[in-house]
Amino acid sequence: MTASLQLVLLVLVAVGATGVVLIRSPVRQVVALSVYGLLLAVLFLAFQAPDVTLSELTVGAVVLPILLLLALAKVRERDK
Amino acid sequence: MSASTRRWLFLAGMAGLAAFYLWGLVGLPGFGHYPGPYGLIINKIAVAQTNATGVVSAVNFEYRGFDTVGEEFILFMAAAGVSVVLRHLRGERERPGLEQGIGADEPSTSDAVAQAALVFVGPVLVLGWWLASHAQTSPSGGFQGGVVLATAFILIYLSGGLLTFRRISPVALTDAVEAVGAGGFAAIGLAAVLMGLPYLDNYLPLGIKPGAVSSSGTIALISFFVGVEVAAALILMVGEMLEQTLLVQGEAGS
Amino acid sequence: MSVFPYLVVVWVLAVGLYGIVTSRHLIHLIMCLIVVQSSTYVLLLAVGYRRGAVAPYFSDIPVHTPAVDPVVQALALTDVVVEAAVTALLLAFAIQAQKRFGTLDPHELVQFKG
Repeated sequence: MTASLQLVLLVLVAVGATGVVLIRSPVRQVVALSVYGLLLAVLFLAFQAPDVTLSELTVGAVVLPILLLLALAKVRERDK
Repeated sequence: MSASTRRWLFLAGMAGLAAFYLWGLVGLPGFGHYPGPYGLIINKIAVAQTNATGVVSAVNFEYRGFDTVGEEFILFMAAAGVSVVLRHLRGERERPGLEQGIGADEPSTSDAVAQAALVFVGPVLVLGWWLASHAQTSPSGGFQGGVVLATAFILIYLSGGLLTFRRISPVALTDAVEAVGAGGFAAIGLAAVLMGLPYLDNYLPLGIKPGAVSSSGTIALISFFVGVEVAAALILMVGEMLEQTLLVQGEAGS
Repeated sequence: MSVFPYLVVVWVLAVGLYGIVTSRHLIHLIMCLIVVQSSTYVLLLAVGYRRGAVAPYFSDIPVHTPAVDPVVQALALTDVVVEAAVTALLLAFAIQAQKRFGTLDPHELVQFKG
């Protein structure tokens, strides 16, 4: 049961990483990165590492997207 | 160098890297068959030696405490670096925003988002505090608690706007709190040296019952300071980026 | 299954590096860097995993239950938080680069001297 769960999650992480890189528009990529962070957190949980899950969940889904979106807003404002 | 040349060069390099990686992989014992002695030894003796049932935090703050000091100071310097790098360039000025509230061209947050964020601020604060102070008992610890605490402040920004965020966490206060957190960690280690023990030795009483909140000596104390420092560093960085985006504007055309 | 996690790690590393090399927008590049860093977390945790073992927290299970390696978890845990801070610093650099040079395209930024 755990082994098949880990297998599925590993495949999803590989697909997710490919998806994040291949999206070229930065705003859409932020959303993809957020989902990828969630997938990673569940993978870490399947690897019996709840501490790393806690960190990755908060960092990947909250802190990194807000920093990235703020930088994108700042950069886009200057482009106008 | 053109784009396609770059791409072929990368593929050649990556093929070489992957070949070396797979060659090294052949020597590994396979996923799930963990052979190494250190994990097994630490799992056996950590609870008896430190009275901490959260072995990962015991490793972080006691057995490999010196590494954690280094990582915490990376965080400290990154926060300082963000403040330094985002200084005003020639020709930029700050929109007169913070004293009178932000100007009319800041898009207003929808009421639903503001209300939902407000509801969650209290529970997230309590959760972050609990995580930062219970490092030795369960999956928690300074780093996780600090990040969750910073999330609470981000929720404050979402529900109240930049003015509320700045009032609750003024730059001087957050700076001071971050310094107390980082300095506190280093000072705990130095106090051990002053007592004649090695740096960061665990000299506080270990408590009676393994896993109680008041057990495990310096681990609980260090974890609390680390949580405070991580939260303050992240709040500083998010605050800097917020001000940079919402307040600073350049000259027309520059 | 005994080598599959390591293959996933090298795939994620390759994909992330490809994104960095062929990127045309500095912030896209920073996000690909985040992907590359995430592959190292998966590698660390995969190395420490024991089949059939539980998480190394002994507050409600007897002390001699087989548990996974806590040392690599400690490394990965501090890694994740420090990555966020370093990414913030990189974003600050990207913002300043756009202010000074007017472009966020790495291929164009290469040509500036001095």
